Amino acid sequence: MTDVVSRAHPYMANSTDEARKHMLNAIGIQDVDELFEQIPPGHRTGHRFDLPDALTSEVSLKRHLTGVLGKNENCESYLSFLGGGIWQHHVPAICDEVWARSEFLTSVWGTAASDLGRNQAWFEYASQLGELIGMEFVGLPVYSWGAAVGHSFRMAARITGRRQVVLSSLMDPEREAVAKTYCGFAEQEGHIELIHVDHDPATGRLDLADLERKITDETAAVYFENPSYLGIIEDQGSRIAAMARNKGAETIVGVDPISLGVIAPPSDYGADITIGTTQPLGVHMNGGGGVGGFIATRDEERYAREYPTLQVSLADTIVPGERGFGMTLFGQSSYGSREDGNDWTGNSVYLWAIANAVYMSVMGPAGFEEVGKSILQRSRYAARQISSLPGVSVRWGAGFFKEFVVDFNATGRTVAEMNAALRDKQVFGGGDLSQDFPSFGQAALYCVTEIHTLDDIDYLVDSIGEVLAR
Amino acid sequence: MSGLRKYHAAVWDEPLVMELGATGRRGIVFPETEQAIVDAVGDAIELVPESVRRSGPANLPELSEPDVLRHYLHLSQETLGMMGISLFGTCTMKYNARVTESLVRLPHVAETHPAQDVQTQQGTLEIIYGLDRMLCELSGMDQFVFQPGGGADAAFLHATLTRAYHHARGELSQRREIITTAQAHPCNSATASAAGFDVITLPMEEKGYASVEALRSVVSERTAALMVNNPDDMGIYNPDIKEWVDIVHAAGGLCFYDHANFNGVMGRIRAAELGFDACMFMLHKTFGAPKAGGGPAVGAYGCREHLAEFLTTPVVDKDDEGYTVKVNRSAGTTQVREYMGNIPVVVKAYSWLRAMGADGVKEAADLSMLANNYMERRLLQIPGVTKALPHLEQHRMEMTRYSLADLTEETGVTTLDVQNRMVDFGVDAYWLAHEPWLIPEPFTPEAGEMWSIEDLDYWVDVIAQICEEARTTPELVTTAPHNQAIHRLDGSGLDDPGRWATTWRAYQRKNPDASAGTAG
Repeated sequence: MTDVVSRAHPYMANSTDEARKHMLNAIGIQDVDELFEQIPPGHRTGHRFDLPDALTSEVSLKRHLTGVLGKNENCESYLSFLGGGIWQHHVPAICDEVWARSEFLTSVWGTAASDLGRNQAWFEYASQLGELIGMEFVGLPVYSWGAAVGHSFRMAARITGRRQVVLSSLMDPEREAVAKTYCGFAEQEGHIELIHVDHDPATGRLDLADLERKITDETAAVYFENPSYLGIIEDQGSRIAAMARNKGAETIVGVDPISLGVIAPPSDYGADITIGTTQPLGVHMNGGGGVGGFIATRDEERYAREYPTLQVSLADTIVPGERGFGMTLFGQSSYGSREDGNDWTGNSVYLWAIANAVYMSVMGPAGFEEVGKSILQRSRYAARQISSLPGVSVRWGAGFFKEFVVDFNATGRTVAEMNAALRDKQVFGGGDLSQDFPSFGQAALYCVTEIHTLDDIDYLVDSIGEVLAR
Repeated sequence: MSGLRKYHAAVWDEPLVMELGATGRRGIVFPETEQAIVDAVGDAIELVPESVRRSGPANLPELSEPDVLRHYLHLSQETLGMMGISLFGTCTMKYNARVTESLVRLPHVAETHPAQDVQTQQGTLEIIYGLDRMLCELSGMDQFVFQPGGGADAAFLHATLTRAYHHARGELSQRREIITTAQAHPCNSATASAAGFDVITLPMEEKGYASVEALRSVVSERTAALMVNNPDDMGIYNPDIKEWVDIVHAAGGLCFYDHANFNGVMGRIRAAELGFDACMFMLHKTFGAPKAGGGPAVGAYGCREHLAEFLTTPVVDKDDEGYTVKVNRSAGTTQVREYMGNIPVVVKAYSWLRAMGADGVKEAADLSMLANNYMERRLLQIPGVTKALPHLEQHRMEMTRYSLADLTEETGVTTLDVQNRMVDFGVDAYWLAHEPWLIPEPFTPEAGEMWSIEDLDYWVDVIAQICEEARTTPELVTTAPHNQAIHRLDGSGLDDPGRWATTWRAYQRKNPDASAGTAG
């Protein structure tokens, strides 16, 4: 009886002898090998592929994957205070429900009519983000904040015809490494030179005197982040933008959009190009795979014509009064103009744009204000309590959002030692800055969000205290 | 064709979310800050320097949670996706196993942070390492990374790695040219240019690919790299590719294999055996992860040992203690994105390969070749449909490019018209061709291994029906679609600064009187 049970692969409808024969007959060949006639024999491999045995059964596959992934700990099984470019925020269940819909998940390109709903969701992403950041022209997302930094530098270089960008010396090294890749080598024409500005050691904010020295007639753009990588709220934005404008340079500001219910949008203090991350807007950390970036400006041709991205625009249909959505300025993308287009584009994180749209819709103005206030108070409380521990201090104890630098130098412990000991208490301590910022010595970047309760923070502080007491 | 189904898309006449809601409604609330915290730190807004406090609420919609849900469910229903049949060429539409979709949403993927201690990420690292080993096996490469966020990002990684390689040898000023072909995906030339290289594009010739002589005529001491795909999107395999690689290597250039069109050749050829230094696989195409409307995606980039020192990091390895992560920021010149990649997509690709095994991979390739050639037999029987480069008689690979030029000449109906009409049958729009179109009125289906013979037949029946309509009732086609949520787009304002609007606030400013229109 077992002979009649087909073992056709569940993912492939035609993996039956009957289907193969049907297609072979229709094509008029005996053997599928005949179809590969274009490939010269010398190109064909004789390699015996050594892949693990197939787990064709979902029963076995699920068992295997669950076993492997189960070796991970995660930020729900542990209490986590990691941030620094990707953050644990609450992701409303409705965000996952929507993006995981098969229609959105499986769409590829379609037409304006047949994938209307997806295109509208993209437009709603751009529109709501535009409200949050105060910009009228918003592109579809890019790969990450770092990618947005890189593209925005290249946009500014094209706009101004200049080749230098002045930026903070306290940037995320990971993000800056990506930006650098977009800037090329010095011996290349078109290379963009990055020039660092010092920070004020007392406040962590940009040192304006140093900035004044570094902005010149060669400066394409000044770039700073708000809040900065180390959590500092930069309150000198208007002056920085004015200094840039005086020298004919663009002002690019990178933001964490979840801060914008309480912090002014960069458009208020003079940003020309606003960029940032989309991950805090309803996307899980996904081991770093949750990142996404955005680029936005005023709706002026000076900027619009330099975008590397695709953009969705509201448009008419052939029926009066009916709305649709189409790609604006497609011709300047690499799809439209190959190497003559602006940078390049391709698959990005468009599904996350839908999660972002849903997130901003449930949040509304009150949600952003509430979450911003919650983060301000919780993170400030955590910083205050931690700095009450003997030998532990917080480098900049005021004027920050969500993240702050904890200084362990006086304890004689390394951050690595601290974090190893905290893991025994099911805590992921803050990110270790000692490698990337050696001048800080043993310091860690702690992140506190709306998900952290009073008890969580107190547990962290008690745990650090216990570790130090050993 | 009497056998075609009745179909009509959902029509919800759905307003923009910005037009919905009412003052004071909430879609989410957050826990009130505990009194002990408030007592300790005071009023929240006082914690923001006065000059940068938000001055007023963001002009976002105010909706209840179920209202948001229903709005976006309506939008999902107004999205065709793969609900019908989608044979979108170059994208290798295949099944996205839902078991993996469900597993990556669990906390042990979704709620992991990349800075967690490596001992707490051993599951993820095992998957990354395992996929790396499997892709090395399929390609003959020595090391893969999954950082690039799509195929174009992997091409960018190759362009920047080329730059780092020649920089290290002191030859970057001299080696300023990257060679590609008109049939290669635009991302190859675009990323080469963005990495600072001059681009040389070889034109297609009589045999369906550029000649060895054409290549020789442009290769020189200025050559930095070759970036090509093979087979191309027309289903044509360049049999001279080994010679191409030898010629470029002899001149000191690197060779990159854009394996976008891997589905037909997987298990049959290996990039390293053809001589390539590096290659790229798209995990969201060939390896079973979903398209997601354009990512999250992964361009898995693999290279040979001699280039590994220039690779971006992190790189995952293994020692006696378990899996390890190597980070080298001083490399810093080839890092194209933050972190290790789109982990959920990596898990999905790993899972797909485990579900297929070596035999399954080869079977999928065979079935995709069979399906394409099966469809081709039927499509070419439709009057008005011809094959690109019809004088080439060998069987095409997993894709064939067709032309509707004859139909257009006879009826005036274009390939764009046909594309707009096919969605009236619940069939996803086909792929035309990348720029530049090498043949007129192109279309490019790719059958892949997922779709049944009945699906393939149905798809061909739809094309036959539309070609028939083009002759009998052409206006039915030129005004299509008719069974969708909206009608055909009028794109005349899309590149007009006075009319384009990428946000609702821009639209309202440019159209102060307009608010009556409704989407779909």
